[in-house]
Amino acid sequence: MPDLLIELFSEEIPARMQARAVEDLKKRVTDGLVAAGLTYAHASSFSTPRRLTLALEGMLAESPTIREERKGPKVGAPEKAIEGFLRGAGLTMDQLEERDTPKGAVYFAMIEKPGRPAAEIVAEVLEDTIRNFPWPKSMRWGKGALRWVRPLHSILCIMSDEAGTEVVPMDIDGITSGDTTEGHRFMGAGRFAVTGFEDYAAKLKRNHVILSAEERAEAIWADAQNLAFAQGLEVVDDKGLLAEVAGLVEWPVTLMGDIAEDFLNLPPEVLQTSMKEHQKFFSVKNPKTGRIEKFITVANRETKDNGATILAGNQKVLFARLSDAKFFWENDVRTAKAGASEWIEKLSNVTFHNKLGSQAERIDRIAALAREIAPIVGADADLAEKAARWAKADLSSEMVYEFPELQGLMGRYYAEFAGHPAEVAAAATEHYSPLGPSDDVPTAPVSVAVALADKLDLLTGFWAIDEKPTGSKDPFALRRAALGVIRLVLVNNIDHSLEGILDPGLAAHDGKPYSRPDEHTRFELMGFFLDRYKVVLRDMGYKHDIVDAVLSLQTGDVLPWSNARIASLQAFLSTDDGENLLQGFKRANNILSQAEDKDGVEYSYGADIKYAEDDAEKALFAALDKFEAPIAEAILGGDFAAAMAGLAGLRAPIDAFFEAVQVNSDNEVVRRNRLNLLARIRTLCLSVADLTKVEG
Amino acid sequence: MTISANTDSKPRSFQEIILRLQTYWAGKGCAILQPYDMEVGAGTFHPATTLRSLGQKPWAAAYVQPSRRPTDGRYGENPNRLQHYYQYQVLIKPSPPDLQALYLGSLEAIGIDMEMHDIRFVEDDWESPTLGAWGLGWEVWCDGMEVSQFTYFQQVGGYDCHPVSGELTYGLERLAMYILGVDHVMDMPFNDPNAPIALTYGDVFKQTEEEYARWNFDVANTEVLLRHFEEAETECQAILAQEHVDPKTGKTIIMAHPAYDQCIKASHIFNLLDARGVISVTERQAYIGRVRALAKQCADAFVQTRAATGEAA
Repeated sequence: MPDLLIELFSEEIPARMQARAVEDLKKRVTDGLVAAGLTYAHASSFSTPRRLTLALEGMLAESPTIREERKGPKVGAPEKAIEGFLRGAGLTMDQLEERDTPKGAVYFAMIEKPGRPAAEIVAEVLEDTIRNFPWPKSMRWGKGALRWVRPLHSILCIMSDEAGTEVVPMDIDGITSGDTTEGHRFMGAGRFAVTGFEDYAAKLKRNHVILSAEERAEAIWADAQNLAFAQGLEVVDDKGLLAEVAGLVEWPVTLMGDIAEDFLNLPPEVLQTSMKEHQKFFSVKNPKTGRIEKFITVANRETKDNGATILAGNQKVLFARLSDAKFFWENDVRTAKAGASEWIEKLSNVTFHNKLGSQAERIDRIAALAREIAPIVGADADLAEKAARWAKADLSSEMVYEFPELQGLMGRYYAEFAGHPAEVAAAATEHYSPLGPSDDVPTAPVSVAVALADKLDLLTGFWAIDEKPTGSKDPFALRRAALGVIRLVLVNNIDHSLEGILDPGLAAHDGKPYSRPDEHTRFELMGFFLDRYKVVLRDMGYKHDIVDAVLSLQTGDVLPWSNARIASLQAFLSTDDGENLLQGFKRANNILSQAEDKDGVEYSYGADIKYAEDDAEKALFAALDKFEAPIAEAILGGDFAAAMAGLAGLRAPIDAFFEAVQVNSDNEVVRRNRLNLLARIRTLCLSVADLTKVEG
Repeated sequence: MTISANTDSKPRSFQEIILRLQTYWAGKGCAILQPYDMEVGAGTFHPATTLRSLGQKPWAAAYVQPSRRPTDGRYGENPNRLQHYYQYQVLIKPSPPDLQALYLGSLEAIGIDMEMHDIRFVEDDWESPTLGAWGLGWEVWCDGMEVSQFTYFQQVGGYDCHPVSGELTYGLERLAMYILGVDHVMDMPFNDPNAPIALTYGDVFKQTEEEYARWNFDVANTEVLLRHFEEAETECQAILAQEHVDPKTGKTIIMAHPAYDQCIKASHIFNLLDARGVISVTERQAYIGRVRALAKQCADAFVQTRAATGEAA
């Protein structure tokens, strides 16, 4: 069985697209081959900046022959019907077979689709793959109409087995397939022919190309660590950068260089961001000083001077880049020292959203909200307002203009120069958090106040103008903001209703020209929060039915926060007592519902022990008398563990009652008394959670 | 007075690098044009690129273009940021299959030894919102420094490019500083350092960088600029609104180039206003949109002309 080797050789493919592209190549080609009947034993794919490669082992030499029997018209059917059948089957009259069936003589066609040689199928599938390749962005070049990520130069497509190697012939808009490729753009020795995958990979290596991206990344990382380690330093881990750099080189040569003394006092984040974004350098840290003192760059070739010229050039570029960063830093520090009033002023000219006004207006709202929230989270109101007014100031700074990803972080550095206290500085960075589910949640009270105010203003604002997330569209990350609010509340144990912090946020938009006059705004927003809250709870490992059982006790909002109640209920229901109590409740509830349907009344009051006939019945009265009040008290006091303990105490009497007593007694008085007794169980259980929603 | 010609592989001055590029691309068959005589932000704005990349007619041109980016002014103090600088621009339509090799040849011509340096093609898609143009390509790195922009034009003025032009843009100062081993642009030899009157880049431009930085950032009269912007916009549209047949000569004369001049003017005024910091983020988009609308109308006009269709006069 032959092996297949395909290489699509082009001008430089963007690093970020390579991994996905080889997967697409593999999937599209193998799917196409398999659909045509060509199976194979093993497939592997590779990418370098200039090539996508696919190697298949043990492919069928031809697709299997397929035989199909097709039933046609009756013998003696109208000529037109027979002609149509022949056309469809691609046969002539003499190739048909007459067979007797219970319905008389019928024509049968035996259609045989002969197998096709693999080369033919490969050429078709590959052409289709190339012409319809799902590049995120593709282009035309020269006079042609073919699209590829960058100009496609050559197609290597060969099949090889013991007998030898043959080119799979094809021509795509003038690019003819062959058995040749080339190595490294500068270190390779021109085009060469290959006979199979092993020969290909070996010749590439001889021509200074490491075919596997993983192998290149591993080599880069090992060399980088060795270089740093030799000088007592460590490389700052960055997997994304490593993958990108591995996609920029065919023959990685790792070099370490110095950062000029002038720049070592810039904030490490500035150094790291500037080096990574502009130069794709790794940062090298001195563990003793905590500073970033060197960089690592990866060249794409060896040189006679062991990279000295290349390193010197890179160093020079870095010098210029960091001169810029230093220029921004110094200007910013000067502005900050002068109080940064120009930054704040500038924000009045920056539109936050064309309906919701400028950044400055938004900051005013956040500041007012932060004041209101401050006492709830234990923060000083003046400090919270101050922090809110500072939190976005760095958006006007030169550094953040250049590196938007440094927002918040620069605010923290500059706060110090502007003479703000540490709480204000911390809030500048922390108020954006939590950004994602793995991001830390701030706990410093001032940061919490500003973080909540920032997110609540965002949510209430977009609800006021009715621009809510729909489906996958959430351009202002409102879902993330709501999740952020919930996590802030939970992590900080904020013992306060959501309405209490939401209402002042909503009030800030009241009566504004952009605000829709709709009393449902608040209700909808609460519903949105409820949905997010369920997501959070599920992520925390709570069962969805238990979450629903507890949250459905609330009306329109999620208050009070119910984690403790849910946790207690989930724990209780996993015990033997809990499981049995749940069954007892369900049984009671079923009997009641049926009786209520039948009798057309609701049983709720008036169970009296004097009508109790059975000991088990009397014992249940006693148990309910004993536990009702403590359970109600425990719920009121938020002690859900105690409430569950109370319920556990009811399990045995309820079980015993159902064991001994027939509810539907012939004596109507006794029956009603028993139904009213079950109603007490129902009411009590439902005060803990809507147990009808619990599965099982 | 004469100085001996430089026979080394390495050039000795800024101007020698320019001269070598001119010679190289002339040798590859490009028409060596002169800079466009208007203020532009980049070599791409030269009609030899924007307009000539449209239409069927083959084209090959190379030229130096003085370019102005008011916001990049640093009073001549930054080692390589200038508000006025030079670009070298090459445009070939249709893009030849060996354009990368031709480009690398030009680097060798100006003294970059491929055996010693690390040349890389790093993804950088080009887009000019003001020209309604985009293309795919790379920034070319030499030892980590961006020395050129390499683009296959896909669309200009809203038109699909058929055939596709290959565009090369060299940032001359940065490239030259690198080749000449100079750390600060102002220290770079402008003419031959052995000349009796040797001039540095600073001798030529240090003072003007200061003057323009001050004017760009703090003095330029924004009211006047705003008015000029409006006037250029109005004039551009007025030119394009004219009948194609000239009533005086009776010839069909579509005035794509004069209209495009007004578009360039509006674009540069917008850059000045931006440097003065009087354009808010939202307004910014609106201004860019207005310039783009002009560029689009100029492209509409140009594609109807002989220079685009290749028809005989």
